Amino acid sequence: MDLFNPGFWTFVAVIAGIYGIMALGLYVQFSLAGLPNFGHVAFMAVAAYAMAILVVRYEVPLALAALGGLAAAVVLAVVMGVPALRLRADYLAIATIAGSEIIRYLVMSLPELTGGAIGSMGLLGPGEIALYNQDWQAFRDAIAGLVTPLLGAAPSHDEVTMALVWALLIGLIALFWRLERSPWGRVLKGIREDDTAVAAVGKNVVHFKMQALIIGAILGGLAGLLLAWQIGVFSPDDYQPTLTFYAYLILILGGVNRIWAIPVGAVLFSLLYTGTRFLNFFPLSLFDPGERAFLRLFLVGLLLVLFMALRPEGAFGDRRQLMLEK
Amino acid sequence: MLEQLAQLTVNGLITGTILALTAVGATLVFGIQRIANLAHGEFLTFAAYVALLLNVFCGLNLFVATAGAMLGTAALAVLLHFIVLKPLSNRGLVATCLITVGLGLMLRDVIFLVAGPEVRKFDLDQTIVYDLGLIRISPGQAVAMTITVVVAPLVAYFLARTTLGKSMRAVSDNRDLAAVSGIDVERIGTYVWLLAGALAGIGGVMFAVVQGTFDPNLGFYVLFLVFTTVVLGGIGSAFGALTAGFVLGLVMELSTWSGLFGGLAPKFKPVLAFVALILLLLYRPQGLFGKARVL
Repeated sequence: MDLFNPGFWTFVAVIAGIYGIMALGLYVQFSLAGLPNFGHVAFMAVAAYAMAILVVRYEVPLALAALGGLAAAVVLAVVMGVPALRLRADYLAIATIAGSEIIRYLVMSLPELTGGAIGSMGLLGPGEIALYNQDWQAFRDAIAGLVTPLLGAAPSHDEVTMALVWALLIGLIALFWRLERSPWGRVLKGIREDDTAVAAVGKNVVHFKMQALIIGAILGGLAGLLLAWQIGVFSPDDYQPTLTFYAYLILILGGVNRIWAIPVGAVLFSLLYTGTRFLNFFPLSLFDPGERAFLRLFLVGLLLVLFMALRPEGAFGDRRQLMLEK
Repeated sequence: MLEQLAQLTVNGLITGTILALTAVGATLVFGIQRIANLAHGEFLTFAAYVALLLNVFCGLNLFVATAGAMLGTAALAVLLHFIVLKPLSNRGLVATCLITVGLGLMLRDVIFLVAGPEVRKFDLDQTIVYDLGLIRISPGQAVAMTITVVVAPLVAYFLARTTLGKSMRAVSDNRDLAAVSGIDVERIGTYVWLLAGALAGIGGVMFAVVQGTFDPNLGFYVLFLVFTTVVLGGIGSAFGALTAGFVLGLVMELSTWSGLFGGLAPKFKPVLAFVALILLLLYRPQGLFGKARVL
């Protein structure tokens, strides 16, 4: 099987990096500012759809279309944030769930705009296969061409993407590691612990929460774009609500308030997630491969429960800094 | 056009009952246990499959199967309460939310593994149509209407008149005040899971019957409608949820009436519900009937 195939593991590493960026967005919202966002996947889906539509229908250059995708994610964050951020935390949780469901229903029920259940391939209507990916592939090939003399051999597509995604993830984590220790980051943590106290010293709590929500949305949108480019064509199924909870699990696996543990969580999660496909020994061999997909999701649920029960602060978390007890 | 209106009203009442019954359970669980139970949708799915087992594989009447589904789902809810949620009740709102997400994933995928992903239906002849003059209803709708007429008033009576129902509303409204008035809060905490499970049992079977066919994603897809109903009625308010369920059900169905500016395309019904939710959060976050102090 593909257990010893380096190409397969490169693909896993790409996905792990993308999930890491997705989880970083949730980190800013949830771990820093204490905003329980249960609709993170909506930012990813909106960004991916906006980008694909701009490229396919309006022939916008990919870089501009990517910016357009991120802008769409920001708009969604504002629309969800304006009603919900003034309220108690549980209302934000429900509003984000509702927001992400609206997006999913709209995507499914407006096939003229989104391609419906077929996904990005159907963007130009039936009979024509829409592709948004040529510029990305060209960009990847250009990078591969640049580094070939240095490496002595041409890297594969996935290897280039892996390097790009992980460089981006590490860079972003370094940036937010610094921001967390800036006055801005301290205000957000203050809001997480006690927003009344922060309001009492003259900070505009709603503005700071909105900033955290928007930044998280941009990071989520970025992850959505990268996922769309990596998989080449996407359908609504690629942006299922469960993705949001993968992001939570990644944060929890690494440590809810340890920003440097996000890559660890992302790798652990991806190993777990892809690893279950190698569980083909007895008694698990009784399940056929299709059933093992359900078994995998079952294990994700079990891990979520076990971690919340036994180590709610995550593998490297700090119990004293735990805002989950609120 | 009038016929369509009558038909839509019947559909709306059925959808409304399903939403109302499930949301009463969810909102009381939230009010009493402080748990936003994201596994509530899977309770509906579980109920539908228990009823399927009794109806199709044991050959029992659908009403008996519904009773069985109520018992089974109530037992499941209480089991989860004692094994998982009660021991972890000190974990806080968001952590408990995530625990219920995990439980929901586990339940849904166990159902997928045991029952398989294929589309199922109950042993009901869907080809018969009863013509009642103004409206025509299918046997599925007849079953759902019967349950509506029997169960919805019963639940309202239970909440308004019985000691247990009143105690539940009291604990949901103000836990400390209820405790010093001599209500056994722990005991009520167990009973509320029984009630939520049983009501989800009816709701799940009715959903499956009205839809005609279902698969293990049944409950997951309607969970968010249930939560919309909960917020619409004011979080923790049982009568609010009961009313909001009917309001939402009727509004969603009647919005497609062609007499109303040509009507909305049916596929936008859920979107309408969610837009209502966002507007509500903007202007009346305590729900249609909630008191402002809930915030």
